[in-house]
Amino acid sequence: MRLPGAAALTLLLASPLGAEIRPDERRSDFHQMSPETRAMQTDDTANPGMLAVLDGEALWRAKAGPAGRSCADCHGDARITMRGVAARYPAWNAARGTPVGLAGQIDICRADRQGISAWPAESRERLAVTAYVAHQSRGMPISPPGDPEMAAARERGGRLFTARMGQLDLACAACHDDNWGKRLGGTPIPQAHPVGYPIYRLEWQAVGSLQRRLRNCLSGVRAEPFPYDAPELIELEAFLMQRAAGLPIETPAVRP
Amino acid sequence: MARALVNIPKTARRGDVIEIRTLISHEMETGYRPGPNGVLLPRDIITRFTCTYNGVEVFSAELFPAMSANPYLVFTTVASESGTIALTWTGDNGFSQTETATIEVA
Ligand code: HEC
Ligand code: HEC
Repeated sequence: MRLPGAAALTLLLASPLGAEIRPDERRSDFHQMSPETRAMQTDDTANPGMLAVLDGEALWRAKAGPAGRSCADCHGDARITMRGVAARYPAWNAARGTPVGLAGQIDICRADRQGISAWPAESRERLAVTAYVAHQSRGMPISPPGDPEMAAARERGGRLFTARMGQLDLACAACHDDNWGKRLGGTPIPQAHPVGYPIYRLEWQAVGSLQRRLRNCLSGVRAEPFPYDAPELIELEAFLMQRAAGLPIETPAVRP
Repeated sequence: MARALVNIPKTARRGDVIEIRTLISHEMETGYRPGPNGVLLPRDIITRFTCTYNGVEVFSAELFPAMSANPYLVFTTVASESGTIALTWTGDNGFSQTETATIEVA
């Protein structure tokens, strides 16, 4: 995120924290993008995120680990078995007693089922397989799971969303609930729905995760970003997915 | 090999103007960016793209450091005869990749 202008900041700081987005106004940030960027996302031969999806498809079939097993050996045809999965993550992992995100679940499969170490956060492989799995849910409505444990995680995420943070002393909600649709130093403030992750972000010139995006917003308010895979980032994601419930998955989305 | 997405019509009528769209995965490292240790990352870009139609060059482009990562190129040509369209990207560090497609012209 670019540094906001002083005038814009004063406005934000002055605005009272309050109203959530009205249900009839809730929509994907896709609709706030320029026609060119929207066209890039919707044309699969122009969307650079599709390169990651294709990489992910190859990795899905690649044998790995001591037993030489691929994701496909256990899960078969991802177009069938992974359909709708991304729409209900983060999910409660009873064995570990924590909520896990989609990439976290893939780490678990690598560790427990393939006997190999997890791919590092933001590595090409982890993003590619996550994009491939999430892409199988494109067009399906976000449907967060009903477990009571997840409700607790979402509540913690919601508290983070409304808590003032960083040297700028701004809450996520100050931008994304109270001032979406306005501009911050030339950039439109989106409603912040996590519908298209991993996304291809033009500013990054690369594919990146929701966690990378959230860490960008955290450093934007000059807060120390939570480390990758920190519980706080998963809780924020769980909250954002609930807040976006019903909106269709767009993976791989393109964002400015 | 880099991953490439190529969109070429499979069929066309003789004389049709056809659109060819290509997207290739490449970092297009400019040579001007410092790495995490402050030292400039060496330039690593695609420098040239050519399209041949049954062996005859119909389009070419020079690429420079200011081009985005994963360059997307769209151009047109005239469908003259059935045959093979070959797309070649070449660049720094011996980068070279060719994708081919066949077109049926009636
Ligand atoms: C040896 C078999 C095996 C392999 C190999 C394997 N998995 Fe799994 N996977 C499972 C099982 C069993 C579950 C469900 C239980 C669990 O959470 O461990 C699962 C669960 C999942 C889920 C969650 C599905 C849901 O409905 O919530 C995803 C996503 C997933 N795996 C992706 C992958 C990917 C990607 C790979 C390759 C990197 C992979 N798996 C490799 C056995 C496997
Ligand atoms: C100062 C205002 C501001 C604050 C505070 C802020 N953001 Fe953002 N956020 C933005 C802007 C602006 C963008 C869009 C950036 C762009 O497109 O260049 C964005 C983008 C996002 C997106 C991406 C949406 C998409 O379509 O993919 C998410 C998700 C998000 N923010 C979540 C958060 C969370 C969670 C917090 C609190 C930890 C937060 N933001 C704090 C301004 C803010």
